[in-house]
Order: sequence, then structure tokens, then C-alpha cells
Amino acid sequence: MADVDTVDTIEIHVRVNGTSRRETVRPRLTLADFLRVNCGLTGTHLGCEHGVCGACTVLLDGEAVRACLVFAVQANDAEVTTVEGLTGPDGQLSTVQAAFREHHGLQCGFCTPGFVVSVTAFLAENPKPTDEEIREALTGNLCRCTGYQGIVNAVRAAADTAGTAVTEGPA
Amino acid sequence: MKPAPFTYHAPVDADEAVGLLAELGDEAKAIAGGQSLVPMLALRLASFGHLVDLRRLDELRGIERRGDDTVWIGAGTTQATVQRSDEARAAVPLLARATPFIGHFQIRSRGTVGGSLAHADSAAEYPAVALTLDAELEALSPRGRRTIPAARFLTGMWSTELADDELLTGVNFPVWKGRCGFAIEEFARRSGDFAIAGATVALRMDGDGHLDRCAIGLFGLGPTAVRARDTEAALLGSDPLEADAEEIGRSATEGLGSVPSDLHGSAPYRTRVGAAMVARAWRRAVQEALHG
Repeated sequence: MADVDTVDTIEIHVRVNGTSRRETVRPRLTLADFLRVNCGLTGTHLGCEHGVCGACTVLLDGEAVRACLVFAVQANDAEVTTVEGLTGPDGQLSTVQAAFREHHGLQCGFCTPGFVVSVTAFLAENPKPTDEEIREALTGNLCRCTGYQGIVNAVRAAADTAGTAVTEGPA
Repeated sequence: MKPAPFTYHAPVDADEAVGLLAELGDEAKAIAGGQSLVPMLALRLASFGHLVDLRRLDELRGIERRGDDTVWIGAGTTQATVQRSDEARAAVPLLARATPFIGHFQIRSRGTVGGSLAHADSAAEYPAVALTLDAELEALSPRGRRTIPAARFLTGMWSTELADDELLTGVNFPVWKGRCGFAIEEFARRSGDFAIAGATVALRMDGDGHLDRCAIGLFGLGPTAVRARDTEAALLGSDPLEADAEEIGRSATEGLGSVPSDLHGSAPYRTRVGAAMVARAWRRAVQEALHG
């Protein structure tokens, strides 16, 4: 990309998946591009880049956010968890990830990181959701393979098994 | 697309923030949650030489009971915080009930009360709620603080009473007491979309079961949220059980001057949807006032 920014760069400090990172960034760099380009964490996908599709959803200080609608400079001193950070230390899938695999909660997989991160945040705040609440919670993520029924089933299963799970989301 | 380049400022307090806004003039824009601003920047519908980030302004966050009849909500308080707040749910039920309609939970985790009001989208929920409840908005500029009634705050689509160097710092929501009912209804094609039309109703009954306070708000039906003041005035003093909800809906949406028409719906369609939303909200508010 041509260097057209006329403004100063800013040094930021962000904890990403438990690892401290100090980077110098331009103000207009989105958190999503920061994660993908600066951190090499390409699990965070970019679909629409204007807050509609939800593919870039990450946890910012524990809350699910659109990483394309946050500038990296706004995440200074924050804690970010991406889909890569949801697995256990040995790579074991989280409850939500395992449920998506088990219940065919994905087809092409492009939207999956956003769904998995969103669902992780949703179940952390609402561990015993009704089916209606699950459907409402999923409205912020788009899946163009029309795999929603599998996704709904996966969230139901993740919610029902969370109590007995070994791995549960980010620390 | 990527936003155009800008210079980033992260002032430590509100005085510094308005100082920057004054110094930088119309080249500068305040950014709070950024959930409306950043898409506009990304689509290059807007661009600013300077963004003044409000993230470090802790004085702009919080939900506080102030005296017996007011709840103050800091402009920087996120919609997610409002949704989780017992105080908001108990004291300003209409605001709490409007919150789940805003975007999706991933938007509400960043989006703020003040941002939604200052952005002033005509189909947004919070401006309609502030207008319906007669909230008062607090603004700060280098010239000092002032209070703006919600009815004067909204001046057009995406435009407000705020000057370029003025910052919304908080909102005082009146606490309605007594036999009250509150409801919000909206219709959107998909959950999380801006409403095609929506309505808010707040009412209070006196000891004889007659209406002694009544507010009907409409959103998505013009450049700003509006109150159906003629309809409200006609209803005051009446027995709400004798009122015809459909007729109230028709009356509230009668004579609207500039209902938008687009591919989501023609102006007459939106008006009919608006009337239906008023009728639904009315019935629910009356039921709550009667039965709690």
C-alpha cells in the first residue's frame, strides 16, 4: 500500500491472546488489519469492513466487538482475544469451537471465526440461553453458505455442555 | 475500503477535548464508540483531518441517580452498560427497553448513549427515547456548560444543536413515577437494522384512571424523531381504556411532512407501519400502567 498518510505514527501497547505487543501504527489502521498484518493473526477475517458482516469479531477487554470498527490506536493498553486465542494451550478446541465442528456449524468457514468469538462472548454473559436468545445473538454475524441451522444447533450444544467442558473460552 | 488518513488525539479530560475541537474547527470530529462514524469513514462518506477520541474521558461514563427524579447517564456510557444496568431498567424503563433494538450486541459493546444522540440518525432509538421522556442533554464547550432540552437538540438528519466545539457530556433522564407505562415498538426487515418505522409511548394515569401525562414519539418517519403532540394533547385527561389504539396510531402519524421513501418502503407504507407501531406501543404501555 502506498504511504499516503501524512500524520505521525503512534506507539501502542496491546495484549493479544496473552502476549504483549508494542507496535508503531498509523491512526487509521483498524484493529482488524493490525491483528492480521502486524500480528500475523489471520484467523480474524475481513468481509465487509464496515461493521455489517461480523467476520472480524474479536474480544476487546472481554467484550465482542467488530475489529473493523475499532482503530488499533483505540485498543492501546487493552486486552484482545482473537479466534486463535480461544483454544487451550495444547491447541485443544474450546467448547464453542468443538460444538461448531460437531454440529456442522460451518461450511466454507469464512464467517466462522466471527461466529465463534461472538458466541463465546454471548455464552459467557448468558450461559443458559433460550433458543430465541440464541437466534437473536446470532443476528450480528452473516453466513453466506446459509448454514444457520447448524450454527444454532452448535450454540445450543455448546450451552448445554459448557458445564462439563474442560476448556471454556479465553482465560 | 480503508478510512482516509487522519491525525489522532486522545485527550485526558473533557476540557482538553473541547479545547481541541475549538482549535481544530470543522476539520475535527469527536469519536466515542465509532459504530456509526467508522463505517462512514470506511465508506468515505465522511472524512476528517482529526479525530478526537473520547475513550480516556472517564468523567463521561456512569449511570447515577441524581436526586429523587433524575437519572444521569454519562454520554460515554456504552449501550451494553445501559442494558446491564439495574438502575436504568428500574428508573428509565423506556431507555432500557429501547437498547436491545440498537444494532447487535457486538455494536452495543462499543456504541455509546451520547454517540447515538449526537449522531442523530432519524431512525435511531435513543433520540426518540430522549425526546419522549423530555430528557435534558448536557453540553460542554470552551464557553462553559449548558443544558439543552431534547426537543431542541435534534435539528435535522444527522444534525443537532451542538456547536462544532461542543461535546455532549451526559443526559438527565426524568424518572416518571406513579402508574406509568412505557413501550417501544419498531419494525425492521432484519433484527439489528435501522427501523423502517418505530414508536415510543410513555404515559401516566392519575388516581381516577385518567391520563395526566402522555408522550408519543415517532422515529424513522422524518429527518428527526418527532413527538405526536396534537395526539398527546387530545388524549390528556381521557380514560385510556376507552381509546382506540388504531385511531391513536392514525392520528399520531397524520400530516407528517417528510416521510422518507426508499427501496425499503414508500412513504405511505412507512406511515402505515408507523401507525401500527404506535398502536402496539400504546396497548402495551396502557397494560403496564394498569397492571404493572
